[in-house]
This record gives sequence, C-alpha cells and structure tokens, in this order.
Amino acid sequence: MAKAFDFPGGVHPPQHKTLSNQTPLIQAPLPRRVVLPLAQHIGQPAQPWVKVGDMVKTGQVIASAVGLISADLHASITGEVVAIEERPVPHPSQGMAPCIIIEGDGVTDEWETLSPLDWHQSSRDDLIERLARSGVVGLGGAGFPTQIKARVGEHHVIETLIVNAAECEPYITADDLTLRTYAGDVLEGAELLARLCGAERILVGIEDNKPAAIEALEVALADRRGDLPIELKVIATRYPSGGEKQLIKRLLDREVPSGGLPADIGVLCHNPGTLLAALRAVREGRPLVSRITTLTGEALARPGNVEARLGTSMAELLTFAGLDTTQLSRLIMGGPMMGFELASLDLPLVKATNCLIAASARELPPPTPEQPCIRCGACEAACPVALLPQQLYWFAKAREHDKAELFHLFDCIECGACDYVCPSHIPLVQYYRAAKGAIRAQILETRRAEHARHRFELRQARLEREAQEKAAKRAARAKATSRIAKQSDKNETASGLEDIKTLRIAQAAAKAALRKAEKALARAGESGDGNLEDLEIQLATARENLQAIQARMEAARESAS
Amino acid sequence: MKRLAPPRSTGQVMAWVLIATLPGIAALTWHFGWGVLTNVLFAAALGASLEALVLKLRRRSLKPTLQDSSALVTGVLLGASLPPGSSWWLILVGMVAAIIVAKQLYGGLGQNPFNPAMVGYALLLISFPVQMTQWLAPQGLFGPEALSLGDSLMRFLGPTDVDHLDAISGATPLDAFKHKPEAWLASEFWASQPLPQGTSSAWQAVALAWLVGGAMLLYLRIISWHIPVALLGSLGLFATLAYAVDPSQHAGPSFHLLGGAAIFGAFFIATDPVSAATSRKGKLYYAAAIGLLIMLMREFGAYPDGVAFAVLLMNFAVPFIDYYTRPRTLGHARPARGIKVKQLDDREERQ
Repeated sequence: MAKAFDFPGGVHPPQHKTLSNQTPLIQAPLPRRVVLPLAQHIGQPAQPWVKVGDMVKTGQVIASAVGLISADLHASITGEVVAIEERPVPHPSQGMAPCIIIEGDGVTDEWETLSPLDWHQSSRDDLIERLARSGVVGLGGAGFPTQIKARVGEHHVIETLIVNAAECEPYITADDLTLRTYAGDVLEGAELLARLCGAERILVGIEDNKPAAIEALEVALADRRGDLPIELKVIATRYPSGGEKQLIKRLLDREVPSGGLPADIGVLCHNPGTLLAALRAVREGRPLVSRITTLTGEALARPGNVEARLGTSMAELLTFAGLDTTQLSRLIMGGPMMGFELASLDLPLVKATNCLIAASARELPPPTPEQPCIRCGACEAACPVALLPQQLYWFAKAREHDKAELFHLFDCIECGACDYVCPSHIPLVQYYRAAKGAIRAQILETRRAEHARHRFELRQARLEREAQEKAAKRAARAKATSRIAKQSDKNETASGLEDIKTLRIAQAAAKAALRKAEKALARAGESGDGNLEDLEIQLATARENLQAIQARMEAARESAS
Repeated sequence: MKRLAPPRSTGQVMAWVLIATLPGIAALTWHFGWGVLTNVLFAAALGASLEALVLKLRRRSLKPTLQDSSALVTGVLLGASLPPGSSWWLILVGMVAAIIVAKQLYGGLGQNPFNPAMVGYALLLISFPVQMTQWLAPQGLFGPEALSLGDSLMRFLGPTDVDHLDAISGATPLDAFKHKPEAWLASEFWASQPLPQGTSSAWQAVALAWLVGGAMLLYLRIISWHIPVALLGSLGLFATLAYAVDPSQHAGPSFHLLGGAAIFGAFFIATDPVSAATSRKGKLYYAAAIGLLIMLMREFGAYPDGVAFAVLLMNFAVPFIDYYTRPRTLGHARPARGIKVKQLDDREERQ
C-alpha cells in the first residue's frame, strides 16, 4: 500500500458494497420514453432547442447551455419530443422543474454524433469546445460542468490531477464497476484532462476495498503508452476519504484553504465516470446520454450496476433490477451518508444519479427520535475537518449564527460522519444546513437593504449637487450685478472665509471617500466577488458628494471675493 | 442524513458505564460489607424515581429519558462514593441534590454544567461531615466483626447510632495520614500501624477494581484516554514531586493514586461527558488541573480527599477551556482561540 497521509476523524460505517459489486456491469434496456430535466448541472438550466413534435436522434442537442456555468443537454433516445413541461425531478427539494420528454419505440436507436477527435493532435480550444458541446458534467454527484474545470488552468497553475476513485460511501459501486470495465479509458480520460489543465502528473486515489478495480487499473497502467507519470495510490478504507479535500489531504498532505478550491493548491479532482464520459465525447464524438449507476438495496432481487440512458424512469430501472415493492421502505439517491430520500419512484435518472438504494425497513430503519446531546465528543472524534460538531449544534439550535460562523460552520462538508456516530440520534447535518441557509439569507437581506440605502443616498447626493450648482450660478450672477453691496458687508465676508475653511476640510474628506470607493470597486472587480453594482452606486454617490462640495466652495468664493 | 444506525446509542453508553462499575462495586462490597449494596441500590432507585417525578412535573414523557439510564448512573456513582451503610435520609438528600438540583433544574440530561453525583456528594460532605466520614473498617462480608445483612439493613433504616458505630468505623488511609500528629515523620506514622489490619490493602484492591472497569470503558471507547491519563498523570507527578522534596512529610505517589478516590474519579467521575471539557486537548488540561487540585486539597485542604471538589471546580472552568482549546480546522492556518468579538465586527464591516 502506498504511503498515505491522514485527515482527522472519519468513520467506518458498514459497507454493504458486496450487494451490488458481485455482477458485471450491464446495459439497461433502451427506454421507450425519457424525461430530461433542463437543469442536470449546477448553474442555470439549459435553454430548450427543440419544440414539441420535433423528431430527434440519440445524441442530438435538445437544450443549450445558458450563462457561464451550465451545460448542453442531448436526446438520450431516438424519437419524438412529446412535451416540454414541469415534471417532478430528483432533487432534495422534492420540487418540479422543466423537462423535455421524448418518446421512442424502444427499439430504434439512431445516433447523431460529433466527429471523432484525436486528443493528442487537436488543439486545446477544440477539445474544450468539444467537452462543452457534449454536456459532460461531474458524474460523482456534483454536476459541475467539466469544460469549466478544464479551463481552470487559465487562472491557476495545476500541477496534479487526481482521479477520485475512493468511492467511500457505503452501497455505491458505480466507480468500482466503471474501473473494472473501462480502466484503460478512464486513465486515458485522465490524461486528456491533465493535458487540458496543464497538470504534470496524475494520481489515482482508491480505497483498498476495491481489489478488482485496483487490479484492472494496474493492468491498464502496464499497458498504457502515454508519457505523463500516473501513480496508483491505494488508501485504507475510511469514510469520507472520497471527499475532495479529504482525498487531497490523504494523497498529498495538502489542505485546501478554507473557502478555497483545490485549484488554489494546484490540484484538480475528477471522478472516473466523468473521465470516461469526457474521453468518449472526444474520441467517439459521443455526447453524454447515459451513465453508469448502482442499483442496490435489499428490496432488489438483482442488485448491480447498469449503464442506463439519462431520463430513464427510476421505476423502470428498479423493476429491471427485480424490485419487490412490498419490501421497499425508503428510496435514496446517492449514498446513505450524503444522499437524499426520493418521495416517488416515478422520477428520471439524471446525470447526478450515481446510486439508487431501494432499502428495506430492516436495513435503513426510520429515524429514531432525537435525544439530548450529552457532549460525548463522538462527533468531534469523527469530524474529518476537525470542527467541534457538538458546539456547532448548540449554536445552530440556539440560532447563534455569529458564533456558529466563528466556529467555522462553513468549513463543514456535510459528510454526515458526526450524524452517523451520534449516540443521541441527533441529525446534526440538518441543523448545520438550516443554520447555513439562515446565514446566507441574512447576508442577502443585509445586502439588499444596504443596496436600497445606497441608491437612496445616491439620489440625495445628486439632488444636493444640483442644488449647489444652482446656488453657485446664482452667486456668480449676484456678484456680477451687485458688487458694491457685497463689499460693504464685512461680516458676511468674514463668515464666507470661515465657510471656505470648513468646506476645504469637507472637500478633502469627500476626495478620500471617492478614492476609497474606487479602490473597493477595483478590488471587487479583480477578485470577482462582492456586489459590483452596489459598489458602483457607492462610487457614484461619492462623486456626487465631491461635486456638490466643490460647487458650494465656488459659491462661497464668489460671494467672498 | 442519519440513515445508518449509530454504532452505539446513549442508552447503550450508559448501560456500559453501569456494567463497568460492577468490578468496583463488587470489590467495595467484598471489603466493606452489605452496606455498599444498600447504598448503591437505594441511590439508583432514587435516581430513577426522582427523575420520573421531575419529568412528570415538567410534563415530559418519561420513557425516552428514563430509558437512557443516566439517572441510574448518577445513583450508582453517588451510592458507591458514600460511606458503606449510609442511612436512607442521607442518600435521599444527596440524590435530591444530584438529580433535582444539579441535573433537572438545569434542564435535564446534557444541560447540567456540574457533575450531578459530585454535587450531591459535596453537599453531603459539607452538611453532614460526621456521617460522611464514618467509613467502616474493612471487615468484609463474612469477617468475624462484619455486619450481617440484617444489621446493615437496620443501620440503613434506623437512626445512626454513632456510639455503636465508633467501634466498627475506621479512618480511610488518606484521612489517617491527614490527621497524623504533625511532629511525626511519615515513617513513624506508618510504623505506628495507624489503620486496622488490611485497611490499606482493601482500599488498594478497590482502586484496582475501579481500574478494571475503567480499562473496560477505554477498551470499548466509551471514554477516551485523555481524562484518566492526564488526571492520574498529573496527580502522580505532583505526588512524586512532593515526595521527592520531603519524603518525611509526604506520602508517595502510589499512596495518592491507590489510597483514595483518584482512580474512581479519573475513570468514572471526571469523564462524565456532559460536564467535562469537550475537545481532546481541552480534556487534557481539564483533567491535569483536576489532578493538581486533588493534590493541593490533600496537602493543604480541610478534607482528606479532594476529588469531588476538584472536579466541581474544574466544571466551572469548562466553558473557558473549551473556548481556548478549539482544534485547528482543516484549511485554516491557525486554531481559533476564544470568542473574538472583533472578528464579528470585521465581518460586518466587510459586508
């Protein structure tokens, strides 16, 4: 076993992986109908490109990316677009979202592919363009568009590309089976993405509970021809080693800074499924229309891994795997630690569906009522980022959000290790999520209120400036017409001099405020965060204020001289 | 997301603690007679009843709280700390202080800043010093002068007959050493055979039995090593230092570790998660300070053993320790210390 570094905490929940990793990867039957949600990635939903009644082929673009972080969507079967409407989608919010529904005959599967590219020869821009047009997103569950990650090299120096094959959640074996079946392709996909981001080496991080996948990787490594150094690192099984930050810590002993990204320390992580999809998009011109997913749980007679078309109904897939509905107690998408519960079977498979657990009441019983926290510290011992979960729970429950933030609430990766060990059955992560939500809402609210105040201040400043300019003109006219009268009044001249002194001070202050606003805007523009619009308004307000003071000074000078 | 059953529930944790007290209680009973059992059983029963009573008054459901057995644990621990064969009213007063005042009035399990059993014990020690220092000489269960089960029950039920008790009561080793004539050197004191036959060895056997239970808790990872090791380590260190400075006036480290409640306190009292420090580093400071305080109280205090007071004093310091021993969160250069109000202001300014 390669030398591994350590992160604090971690847990060893029962694995349940043998349930689904005993049979080879198979193709799920071609569905007659697919429901394709427009938002299968983080960022904005894609814009439909087809209308009801259109005939589409497998792989044809049916919706295109909108905005910076978005991805194209492709027809996953051949057939007719029968509806574009709101449908229930698999999401923690249990809500509805716009979807494109395609109906086929269940047999015909005509493809529309892009031209194959040789990634050694093609230009970097062509390859990134290809990833963008193929709808490839992170298939580990996060759904981050891959072409954006490939572009990270433009702002950051990326030195290491990590293939995150740890797959630390219980039950899930999709990456395991992907590697067993396509180890060579996954490695080639890693080389492709390493080239795009400029990484000098590739590390494959995998837990030691996947011996068959490790063997397949070793065979593929022996066979490969590329010259980029690739190292296979087998680490001891411990949840959550598959968390991006945890894996980096274990493989490289480097910590992603709080609030930062792996790219900040020269690392990029990709899931094996993503790498396979990226390679297929380039080498075969095949867009992302299917994914490998684990169907598991005790309510299934034939659990295993299937490659299924996106949009296939989960009910259909689970029936294919021998679902016994009388046994089914909870359906979970993702793993038991971080996944979420689905309210219905009638939902489509999406790009983020790495696992479906059809659990019996015996294996995942309904939650036990929460008992008081006894501060036993089991959660602290389990936390992989060295937080004090019991303290955070306390603050979250008491709505002491400031203190929760001081105790690094936002460093929580919501892995659920603390939840798992808590002897009092406290759903800790739920409390943290609620607190994070409340804090974000509060920040947004303050920002909105600030913004409104700044707009009001801008208006006041503008009115003031206009009034002062008018006054200055009036003073100039008055001076021209009645010079003699002015000179006779010495008191007024004295007070005018006094005015000029205070005005000079005010002018200096206004200039300083203007400089400060300019600096703040420039800084925000560089770093890309902060509310630019609001800062612009503050800058404009500072300008108006300065002009108003200058106008007043002019008026005062006129009247003084 | 709370789907897999936890490795161990709170009720199970408490049940294991109860099981781990068995060797200690067995050794106590073996050496000090039936009175230990009447103490423990009555205190445990009172623990559950008083908790039920308060829950009833607070209109809370009884089942989930009683199921966690934490009141039983408090009862067993207090019962085991009292002089064997204490009267029912003494135990009642102690348990009322422990369960009602120290625990439920603060909001029940998990909310109490002080260790309930030690609050009960300290209250009794201050209010009833005579009854609290009447430790029986270790006559054992069946020794020639041992109290029979019937006598023990009479003693438990009836008013304490102090004169009669004088005949069978004896000082604890710590007590005897504390009250040795000042002019005596330690060697002279021991040569005078100040304690009835077998007293020291009985106390040592009991301490080792607690150690067995404690080791079990450690092995099961119900407690972490930090508190017992730091507490016994610091007590042993300071005892060694005192002994090294002046062996004629101070007892050695083994006497301090085995002669009183140090081991019981280190594994069963100071480790109470609710009232102890939370972070691992905090636990080290917390327990080391308890060890130092025990030593100071034994050397300079009015009471022969200081475990209860030392634990309670450090309970006061727990919030402070917790704020200043936060671990370094991954991704941060430095561990955060204390509650920094300034940091909050900075954030508001940034927005």
